[in-house]
Amino acid sequence: MIEWIIGIFLAIGVIFNVLASIGLLRFPDVYTRIHAATKCTTFGTIFIVLATITYSIYSYYWVAKNPAWITIGIHSALVVIFLVLTNPVGAHALGRAARQSGIRPYGAVIDELEGRL
Amino acid sequence: MTIDSMFMWAMILLLFSAMVSLIRLLAGPTIPDRAVALDSMTTTTAGAMVLYGVITRQAVFIDVALVYAVLSYIATLYIARYLVKKRVGVIYTEEGEGS
Repeated sequence: MIEWIIGIFLAIGVIFNVLASIGLLRFPDVYTRIHAATKCTTFGTIFIVLATITYSIYSYYWVAKNPAWITIGIHSALVVIFLVLTNPVGAHALGRAARQSGIRPYGAVIDELEGRL
Repeated sequence: MTIDSMFMWAMILLLFSAMVSLIRLLAGPTIPDRAVALDSMTTTTAGAMVLYGVITRQAVFIDVALVYAVLSYIATLYIARYLVKKRVGVIYTEEGEGS
């Protein structure tokens, strides 16, 4: 039972991370690359850490009452909270910087914000 | 397949994904492409570090992942600030003159 739950969480996380790297290779533009990379890596890492937290809770309550499992679970939760808080901010800053440094989207014909930034 | 071997396979695939991102980091045509690839690679590597901390049952590697995520965030914001006006370490005023 616990193997299936952890395996499904790990599979979702790994699939989304691999899709992020494939999208980073295949997309033609910096904005589409931001779209692929940031959302997919954040979502995949959420599920990876969810598998970790599930395993630590299971090991603490049903295998051995070792306080190291509590430490591992809480620190993993801290990692994912910090990633969820900071990844969108970094991606937004990068997109804004790319737009202000003059990179146009792929296939763009007109630029309605020309001179207004 | 035990749970530890599942964690190990997930860590190997995450590191493979980070290595694929490294191709874009090396071959990206512009600077924001490289910065995006660096950000993605760092997030993936932080997940792999969490898995390694669970495999070896040591919370120290998870703390390393936390510090790595913090440093990646600061580096991304600093690269973005550099890309806006291509000057680093200068305090901006309203007229755009450095002081």
